[in-house]
Order: sequence, then structure tokens, then C-alpha cells
Amino acid sequence: MAVRALTGQEVAQRLEAALPDAVERWEPEVVWVHPGQISTACRFLRDDPELDFRFLSSLSAVDFIGHFDLVYHLTSLGRRHTAVVKARLYGRDTPSLPSVYPVWQGADFQEREVWDLMGVRFEGHPNLKRIMLWEGFEGHPLRKDFL
Amino acid sequence: MPFRTEPMTVNIGPQHPSTHGVFRLRVTFDGEVITEVEPVFGYLHRGTEKLAEERNYVQVVTLTDRLDYVSSMTNNQAYCIAVEKLLGVTPPLRAKYLRTLVAELQRIASHLIGVGFFLQELGTFGGTPLMYCFRSRERILDLFEMLCGARITVSYLRPGGVFSDAPADFWPALDAFMQVFPGELAELEQLVLENEILMVRTRGVSPLPLDVAVNCSVSGPVLRASGLAWDWRKEDPYDAYDQVRFEVPVGTNGDNYDRLWVRMQEVHQSLSIVRQCVAQIEPGPVRLDLPLVLRAEAGVEAYGRIESPRGELGFYLVSDGGISPYRCKIRSPSLLNLTVTEHLLVGWKLADMIVSLGSVDINMGEVDR
Amino acid sequence: MSCQLAAGNILYENPLLRWVYDIAGTVAPCWAAYLAAGLAFMLLLVNGVLIGTAILTWAERRILARFANRIGPNRWGPFGLLQPLADLIKLLTKESLTPRSADRIVFNLAPILMLMPALLVVAVVPFARNIALADLSIGVLYVLAISSLTILAIFMAGWASQNRFALFGAARGVAVLISYEVPVVLSLLGVVMLAGSMSLNDIVAAQAVPFFLVQPLAFFVFFTGVSAELNRTPFDVAEGESEIVAGYHTEYSGIKFAIMQAAEFGGTITASAVIVSLFLAGWAGPLAGYLGWLWFLLKLGAVLFVFIWVRATFPRLRTDQIMAFSWKFLLSLALINLVATALEVYFLRGDSRTLTTVDLWVMAGINLALAAVAIGAFGRLNRAQVQRVRPPLPVLAPAGAPAGKAV
Repeated sequence: MAVRALTGQEVAQRLEAALPDAVERWEPEVVWVHPGQISTACRFLRDDPELDFRFLSSLSAVDFIGHFDLVYHLTSLGRRHTAVVKARLYGRDTPSLPSVYPVWQGADFQEREVWDLMGVRFEGHPNLKRIMLWEGFEGHPLRKDFL
Repeated sequence: MPFRTEPMTVNIGPQHPSTHGVFRLRVTFDGEVITEVEPVFGYLHRGTEKLAEERNYVQVVTLTDRLDYVSSMTNNQAYCIAVEKLLGVTPPLRAKYLRTLVAELQRIASHLIGVGFFLQELGTFGGTPLMYCFRSRERILDLFEMLCGARITVSYLRPGGVFSDAPADFWPALDAFMQVFPGELAELEQLVLENEILMVRTRGVSPLPLDVAVNCSVSGPVLRASGLAWDWRKEDPYDAYDQVRFEVPVGTNGDNYDRLWVRMQEVHQSLSIVRQCVAQIEPGPVRLDLPLVLRAEAGVEAYGRIESPRGELGFYLVSDGGISPYRCKIRSPSLLNLTVTEHLLVGWKLADMIVSLGSVDINMGEVDR
Repeated sequence: MSCQLAAGNILYENPLLRWVYDIAGTVAPCWAAYLAAGLAFMLLLVNGVLIGTAILTWAERRILARFANRIGPNRWGPFGLLQPLADLIKLLTKESLTPRSADRIVFNLAPILMLMPALLVVAVVPFARNIALADLSIGVLYVLAISSLTILAIFMAGWASQNRFALFGAARGVAVLISYEVPVVLSLLGVVMLAGSMSLNDIVAAQAVPFFLVQPLAFFVFFTGVSAELNRTPFDVAEGESEIVAGYHTEYSGIKFAIMQAAEFGGTITASAVIVSLFLAGWAGPLAGYLGWLWFLLKLGAVLFVFIWVRATFPRLRTDQIMAFSWKFLLSLALINLVATALEVYFLRGDSRTLTTVDLWVMAGINLALAAVAIGAFGRLNRAQVQRVRPPLPVLAPAGAPAGKAV
């Protein structure tokens, strides 16, 4: 039985029913969530019996110069489906959003990595410090303006 | 008079014989019992994700070799699958079979390394089991050398197929390997799996509860040892995995012994897959006729994932229409499997620490990228 | 010449020494001849052990390599026999570092102190009929006392290095030695009872039937205990290279490291020599009068091979498991052996107050059966304790139930 990728609409409707102001919009494969709501939304996605996203596959950030996209690849091991949740952050100086570490401990190193290499802060992460580079390194190398 | 004791903090690594590369654990001991542990890494960080943004799609294949350098084939595979998803192409059938075949050979080689070093860490100083493992792994690397001229950093897979078809003398050599290897494997299992001391050292040590494993994004043999049959080869079959039959070995206790046992069983399954691939493979083209410099449409993204020997290896590629990926995020199983370090180690002894770490089978090339 | 040895003298018992004494006595005063004879024999012993150490390092590496499907050192000399020499030259020319924070005196003293017990123990081992430096009447006691001194050096090395790995190794070493001393001593009581003497020479002479048959339990306990005291696998926690780098000798380099290695291998050789004397009938064998040394060396080689074999095969135990193995398993076996031997000796020796060969065979039969039963029973008991029931792991709850506790 192959794993099914849920459409953005399916996830968004389910999410909207419970948390009306969390969803920004949806695309065929992606749900956009308000960055401020990401932690609550993720907690719902994890605990909802229909969605059951208890496995955070991957957490990444993409720098689009004007904004950062945070991408969460989720998997449900019990229901055998996957989904992609995104959040868009504007501003380059101190982009920040709530940490999903309290939801999935698997986000620990990935959030630290995003902070280290992309410079996005995660509020509520207990140990948010550089992971690949040393403390005191200047800049965040994966940003497009870092050369 | 009561004894006055105080905790002692020790840096295990970055130079330590059994940290699988340049890896540091800052451990606080109470006597020999671990009370606190913090993994520190980054010593091998080469900025692969940044480098990938400066190379075209085919060149990135060589970068992936250097991630998990004991299983380059599966790294290639994950990346190529992600690129193919991005481009919306499917490789020819023969290429799919060849990929499956080499990926399974690589899985055997990688698991042999994992098992071998795990046993080495248990203290078989003579290195007997490690050498048993290396003996078989050498044969596999020889096969890879016939395929692509390289043994470790193979770069054999390409987006849209494989680099070239297997030479004529590869098949007899593979056949010879399949004749010899089961015997060698049996020898290793006989030496290891029923050993009383090994049982005492590994059974019930550092059990990893399944819900913790899932919450910590653990994947691969470590997750399966904790009791969940989750294997991306079954769940989301890529390449030729929908054409072959195999079992997913599952542990029951999630302890060090189960992690070892799952790996040993997976070697058997991989052997069976290789056999089926050899039986089913048909002549045909091995590579799509793609342009030399690949371009994906702007704004397209793809997340390609496979079951690498260490777990879910994913490549998240974003395209801006250029000749190189706009963003290439590597979801490395070794890094995420390390999340459970604290769950595995705290409360156990120094001697168990090394063994438990070995049972997770991390590869620093992949952790630090 | 005028120099005559008194019949009770240590040197008199030994034909080789008497010969040196007589020759030297023709040209030198008696006290000088006496000194020369003693020194000659000591020179022979010390260098014998050290050369044996060199050969053992080569043999161990070659044999381990064969176990692991490798070839091993084979470049230097025939079959690589000169490899130890090359190693020695390498170590001698390396810088001998002392960590800045180390306790210099203790740090430098430890290797020397470690080598001494290994050399001292051979003094009482009879290599052939009447060939031993000293046939002490308390030979067994002497062996036990001297061989435990090694641990002092190990602890000194670990403590003085100011290295945490070294300290771990030293603490583990002390813990292991203290636990294993008890069963080892108890196991030897049976042997002493049988021979009716603590002199190694007498014990060898008493072995009409080799004592590893008559005292299988004692042999097992002693062999295991000695390999623990020598830090050999599977008890090599004191240096456990995959865990604590190199244990107590982490900080040692150059010549000091060479001496430590020599002490370790020398300790293995002398311990094997003691095992041969106590349990394998020492130099006894066909034509023992002429070929005693050959039999001795052959048996020594066999014991050393077993040590190497074990090393190539077994993983290492954890420290607490080693302790449990000693206190729960070996100690019980040693006590059973002690009681059984005492009863057997009491009932079998009869009026003559001595044990005949037939008596020994009877005891061998009884004790072999006893050993099989005891080892089996205690092994089962301990295994049950080791594989104790664990709390079942929570499985992944069905979808819908709240997932694992968020940390």
C-alpha cells in the first residue's frame, strides 16, 4: 500500500475547522499556515486522529530574498499519508516564528540547523544555538546574500 | 564517613577511537553512569547544500557521494529520484533495476560496516568480526569498481538513469559474489548472534520506545528495531522496488540487540532483492536522453526520499528555472537519528554508551554534510 | 676448589647454578662466585621473560591476524619475526611525553613498578627438574602476593596521568582485581591441599595426574580469574580501547609505553607459566629428565594460545557484569571446589596420609562431574538474572490517541 500525498485542500479544510485563523491559503500540494500559528497548527496536525502526522520528516527553510519559506514535510506512519506545510516569513533582520520542538522533538537539530545556516529564529526552542558552525561565526551561509 | 562524590564531565571525542568520525559527546558521569549528554558536531561540515546551489543538476551527484561515504549509491539514488520528480521524468526500466541492484548491494556493504564497527565497539579487539565484515564488503566494492571505476565515491547514478550499463563481465562477477557471500554471512552470524557475552551486553540495553522514536523523527533500522515496520521501499516504492518481494524485519524491544539483529536480517533481504533483480532484468536503454544541462521550470519543487541504509534520506529541491537547484536541502537520517542520543544514553554506563552509539550507526559525513 | 655450597642453599638445589658457581669459584673468591651464579640465573630469567614478551607480541599479532582473515606482520625478518625489534626501535626513538599536569614522579615510576611483578613471579616457577631460581616453601603465596602488585602500578599510572580516561581505567582495574583476587586464592587452596605443599616444585611433583583434570573447577576459576587480573579480553575493561581510549596508559608514549606493554605481555607469560606449573604438571612429560624445559615451553605455548584465542573471539564485558561474574559465579564455584576437595582428600588418603595415583583418578572423575553440574547450574542461574524481564515498551498507539509525551 503506497503512501498517499494529501492535497493542500484536504489538510487545509481539516485544519480550518479546528483552528479558523491558522490557514493562510492552500495550493494543490501545500498548505500555507500563518507563521505565528505554526506551533498550534502543527500540534493539531499531530494529534488529530484523521491526519495523525506524528512524524516530522523534514524541516527546511528556503531563502527567496524577499521572504523565507519554512517547509515542513510531515508523514503519518499510522494512516500512511504525507503532507507539506509551509509558512512564509518576511523581513531579513530578525525573522522568527514559534518552534515546533514541543510538538516533535525531531525538530530539535533541524531548527538549530535552520537558525545556524539561514538565520531564522525559533521562539521556544530550548537550546537554539549554532549546530554546524562555531559560536561567533558571522552571518548565515545558506542565505542568498552570503557569498 | 560517607563518600563524597562529584560528577565528572568528559569530552568523548572529537578524537576518540569509536565515535565514527569527528564527533563529540559532552558527557557528565556520576561514577560510570551517564547523567547528562550533549552531542556536539559540525567538525565535518562542508556546506554541501550551499555548494549544490552553485553546480548544475548533474554535478551535484558527485557532492552526494560525499555525504554518507559508506553508502554513496543510495545517496545518488535519493538525489536522482528528487531530480526526476522535479523534472517529471521516469528512467528506463533497465536503469531502475540496475539502481535497485546497486542500492541493495550498497545496503549490504553499509550494514556490514555498521555491524562490524558495532561489534568492534563491544570490544572484540582482535577485530575478528570487523574483518569478516570487511572481507565481504571488499567484494562489493570490487563489483562497484567494475561498474563505474570507483569504489567509494561512485557517482554511478545520474538523473534519468545510470552512468552506463554494466560491463559484460560484471554479471559473472556478481554471480560469484552471490555464491560466496551467503557462506561468509553465515560464518559471521555464527560468530556473533548467539554469543553469550554479546547477548548480555546488548539485550535490554538502551531500549528506545517506539513513541519516542517516532516523535524524534528516527527512521531506518533504528525505528524498525523499536517495532514499527516502516520502510520507504515498501511504503512508497521507487525504482524497481514494486517489482521485487521482500520482508521488512522488525524488532520487538528496540534495544541494541534488536538494532543489530534488524541490520543482519536486512542483509538477507537485500540479498534476496539482488537475486530477484538479476533474474528479472531485461536488456534495454539505461539512461534517458536528457539534455546535458538540465533545467526545471521555475517555482517547481520536489521532495525525493528513499530508504537509505540509515533511514529516510530525502532531498528537497527547489528550482528557479536555472541550471542549478535554487535550494537543495538534505534530510539526513544520521543527523535525525542522533536526536535520541539523550533517550538512549542517560542512565546507562560508559561502556554501554559507545555500544548504543554504534547501534544507531551514524555517519559523520551525513550528519555534518 | 675450596668453594663449597651448603646443601640447604638455594643455589645448591639447582644444577645449572651449581655449575656456574663451581666454574666461577676457580678464579674468584667464593662470595663473588656466589654473586656471579645468582646474577647469571637472574639475567637468564629476566631476559627470558623479556624475549618471551617480544615473541609473544609477534605471535599474538600473527595469530589474531589469522583469526581475522588477515596476514599480520610479515615484512621484517622470516615470518615477520623481527617485528618486535622494529616496534622497540620505533618506541625507543619516539619522544617520551609527560603531561604537564601529571605527577611526574609517580607517572614515571608506574611503568617500572608494573614490570617488576611480572619478572619477580618467574623466580619460583620450576622450568625443568630442579631448575628454579628459588624453590620457596610458600611459592603459591608468593605468586599471589607479587602478582597483585601490578594493580598498584596500574592505579598509579591512571591517577598520575591527570587524564579522565586513565582514571576510569585505573578505577576499573582496581575494582576488577579486588573482586577476582578472592576466587583466585580460594581456587588455589584445593591445589595446595592435594599437593600438601605450597612449593611449586612439590606441586609439580605431586601431579601424577595433571591437576586440571583433578581440579577442573579450580582450573576454570583460576584461568578466568587470572585473565581478569591480567586485563585480557573479555575482561579488559581497564584499557578497553573502544571505550576509554587506552585506559590507564592513555598518556604513556615512547619507552614508557614500551615498558608497559612489556609488563602486560610479560605478566601474561608468567601467569601462563604459573598455570602450567599448578595445573598442567609443569615440566613433567616423557623424558622429563632431559626434555623438561621443552614440555614446559610446549604447555606454556598452549596456554598462551588459549589466551589469544579468547581474545580473538569474545567481546568485552561491562564492569558491573565482570563483578557479578566474579562474586556470583566464580566465587561459588571456588567454594564448591574447596569443600569438595577437602572432603575427598579427607576420605581418600586413608592411613598412609598420602594420595596415590588411583586416588587422584577417582577424584578427577568425581570433580569433573561436579564441575559440569556446577558450571551448568550456576550458569543457568546467572543467565536468568542477566536476562531479567524488562518493562514492555509502549507501542505506537492507534491513530487518534495522543502521541508520545511532548518533551
